[in-house]
Amino acid sequence: MANVSVTVNGEVYDVSDVEPRLLLSDFLRDRLGLTGTHVGCEHGVCGACTVLVNGDSVRSCLLLAVQTHGAEITTVEGLGSPDQLNVLQAQFREHHGLQCGFCTPGMLMTGEDLLRKYPLATDEDIREGLSGNLCRCTGYQNIVAAIRSAAALRREEKP
Amino acid sequence: MSSDQRAHLLDAMRPKYVGAPIKRTEDPRLLTGKGDYTADRKPDRPLHLAFLRSGQPHARIAGIDISAAQAAPGVVAVLAADDIADDFKPVIPFSRMPNYYATPIVPLACKKVRYVGEAVVAVIATSRYLAEDALELIEVDYEPLRPIARAEMAVADGAPLLHEEAGTNVLIAREFKKGNVAADLKAAAVRVSGRFEMTRKAPLAMEPRSCCAEYDKRRDAITLYTSSNIPGIVRDAISESLNLPGHRLRVVAPDVGGSFGSKGSLYPEELLICIAARKLRRSIKWTADRLEDVSSSSQAFAEVVDAEMGFDANGVATSLEADVIGDVGAFSIYPWTCGLEPVQVVSFLPGPYKIASYRGSVRGVATCKPPTGPYRGVGRPISTFVTERLMDLGARALGIDPLEIRRRNLVRAEEFPYRIASGIIWDKTGFVECLDAAAETAGYDALRKQQAEARKQGRLFGIGIASYAELTGIGSRISAAPGMPINTGSETAKITIDSTGSITAAFGVASHGQGLETTLAQIVSDDLGARFEDVRVVQGDSDEVPMSTGTYASRSAVLGGGAAKHASKLLQEKIKRVASHLLEANADDIEVHDGNAVVLGTDRAVSFKQIAKAVYSDMKTLPVEAREELSASYTYDPINGTTAAATHIAAVEVDPATCFVKILKFVVAEDCGRIINPMIVDGQVHGGVAQGIGAALFEELIYDDDGQLLSASLVDYVIPSAPEVPLMDVVHVESESAVAGGFRGMGEGGTIGAPAAIANAIADALSPLDIDVSILPMTPERIFRLIEQAKLKAKGQADD
Repeated sequence: MANVSVTVNGEVYDVSDVEPRLLLSDFLRDRLGLTGTHVGCEHGVCGACTVLVNGDSVRSCLLLAVQTHGAEITTVEGLGSPDQLNVLQAQFREHHGLQCGFCTPGMLMTGEDLLRKYPLATDEDIREGLSGNLCRCTGYQNIVAAIRSAAALRREEKP
Repeated sequence: MSSDQRAHLLDAMRPKYVGAPIKRTEDPRLLTGKGDYTADRKPDRPLHLAFLRSGQPHARIAGIDISAAQAAPGVVAVLAADDIADDFKPVIPFSRMPNYYATPIVPLACKKVRYVGEAVVAVIATSRYLAEDALELIEVDYEPLRPIARAEMAVADGAPLLHEEAGTNVLIAREFKKGNVAADLKAAAVRVSGRFEMTRKAPLAMEPRSCCAEYDKRRDAITLYTSSNIPGIVRDAISESLNLPGHRLRVVAPDVGGSFGSKGSLYPEELLICIAARKLRRSIKWTADRLEDVSSSSQAFAEVVDAEMGFDANGVATSLEADVIGDVGAFSIYPWTCGLEPVQVVSFLPGPYKIASYRGSVRGVATCKPPTGPYRGVGRPISTFVTERLMDLGARALGIDPLEIRRRNLVRAEEFPYRIASGIIWDKTGFVECLDAAAETAGYDALRKQQAEARKQGRLFGIGIASYAELTGIGSRISAAPGMPINTGSETAKITIDSTGSITAAFGVASHGQGLETTLAQIVSDDLGARFEDVRVVQGDSDEVPMSTGTYASRSAVLGGGAAKHASKLLQEKIKRVASHLLEANADDIEVHDGNAVVLGTDRAVSFKQIAKAVYSDMKTLPVEAREELSASYTYDPINGTTAAATHIAAVEVDPATCFVKILKFVVAEDCGRIINPMIVDGQVHGGVAQGIGAALFEELIYDDDGQLLSASLVDYVIPSAPEVPLMDVVHVESESAVAGGFRGMGEGGTIGAPAAIANAIADALSPLDIDVSILPMTPERIFRLIEQAKLKAKGQADD
């Protein structure tokens, strides 16, 4: 059993009795109660469990919790709140970029990562960036529109 | 009433929310990680369940040794079939259909296993990790039996029987007939035919199936949270099976992460978890991992269709004959039966066309695979694929443009209601209007010119059209599945204004991504005269209405929406009666809008809050007999239901080097009647088309000849990701239906039209090579083989 100290969404957690085999996704959901991170495949394909670890998007089902000792993690709960959505969340709502909402946390975390790192000048860039996140409801069209719009808003902010 | 007052009244009555792209009320919680999916439930000290599943396709269970598992760390109980034999009655997917055998549904495999993935033993432990550890310690002694991996193996002479009691592997057989097909085919100017196959698919909702049985010791009661779209059916079935009355068994579908049909049947796991919770008097959680989900959730399609169509010299289709064999898997599902998918194929094969004579026969045969069940489109993706391929083959043989041949055969506006040759009646719908709108939006003539140019350069560019019609929102006169004893023809809405003046509208329908909380609130707001933000929609909970079946078969806008309209109207009449006392006016002179009752043409008004206070709290304001509870309930039955239709047009290019299909353009023109929320309708079409693209190009559950699933991971079972899905153009032909509100169901259509349109486009692209498309998905490997064969054939002919 290990101790894991992590900062999640700005809050420090010191968690003891962590089995070395515990997945980061299960750690976040079951030990920290952060059930916004969804588990869709547990083999690293669907992307629903995507979170940011030290600023990079990762699949939390492919990381062990103990590997994140000392790391800074952002989950969907660390973006906006229901009464104050962040820019990307608001664009998802505006463009109907979600239906059942199960893939949505992963889409948002990947989207945040893409928006921070890439200009996302074309829809092809956005689609390529999203290719590791599966959605079965939307046909991606409105997710692409939401990220396109968030990218435009971000460009306006940072001329 | 003055004309001004009338104008004012009309203005007030005009729908404000229905028809508008209202932002969804579900979104703020779902966007911030505050959704409440079944796996997110946090009951007090829950136990965790894991299933040992069969690795054998067909075997007798000679013995099970659970002793080591029982002694493993954290294990609370290990249950096999013998341990729960007295705790339930099998659930029988009954049907009045002749030539049908109902295989009983049991929680754990008993005496033998019939597919890889069937649950055999359940381990309940203090954590999921420990439960899965203990699975490794269970020894099952299997005596292998010959597997039945393909439909044709099931009907071969000397085939082993999957269900010995049935005496046959043919679980269902039916035939539909009209007119003299043989004579009409003989007289036809042109006959086209083929053997068409739609391979087995996984609906693949992103949320794996999940259950959480929350046990209440005080009442020996269970609340089963389950990722289901039929919580009412699950409640009724478990109640009967476990002899647990409805007031001690509540079934809730909380936020559900997609279903597309895969969460629309009763599952053995739902029975088992309730049995275990009751036995152990503890709350228990179970969530499938992806392998479990793919290998044990109901699967889709899996039919081979031998079909022939006859045309007269003018391109009018006169006759259609089809023999369908459906590989329905190991069990008949509850409540839909194994007839649902394959029988629907023969019911819908004539499609939106006026084909005079028809014979369609179908056999559903048992194989060592998970059961097939509902999947978006049910039967119609393949019936449309077959009929639309035959239309194109006929067009080609007669030298008629594919657009024109459809125009000559579609039921026209003046011909509705129209009974097609399989017996289905289409009510007035814009069939031809959809065809024309799709052609116009796609720029059909320009696309053909573009194709001619591309062909000159040797490029494989094709255009495909598919028209279809579907029955939606069906009422009590038509069973959602043939001969089924449960009532799928009605839904209830119960709307209440409480003592604070706030409005709760409760439904039994169960949204799993469609946004029903929003669309039903739009309807209630308009018809009650409330402000949208004051209406809370509650759904997916068996405690909210006495009986409900849920959300499936494109029914919730029609049935839930119809119930909402009627209940709203009843409640509005109560509001008017109270307001007439408070405002000292005639109830007929009162209009209700924006949460206020107003005397026509005056500024005299009372709010819902004031009305609620007068009814519930003030003892003196109203006479006793006027204090009617501000609540109304209505159960709506559209009796027949209504038609929905669309035309899809796809333009594709096949890369001869990689054999990948690129979709260059995709247009949908659809008639879903009056649109409640255009944003949501477009989203449903986009998602349906994406699944249709998956069915057409990528998705295939591949079982080997031993009945082992070879494509159980998301690496092997490939669903479309963002780069594979094109930008879609969706146009609406809004012809109002005859049901309440003028709505039509539209959740499934995208998946019905897209495979056929893409198949036709690929066939068109490959037509210079004389290649036909008769199986889906058209993967690069299949296209490569077809091109190679065509080259060999051409070479052979040249050599001759």
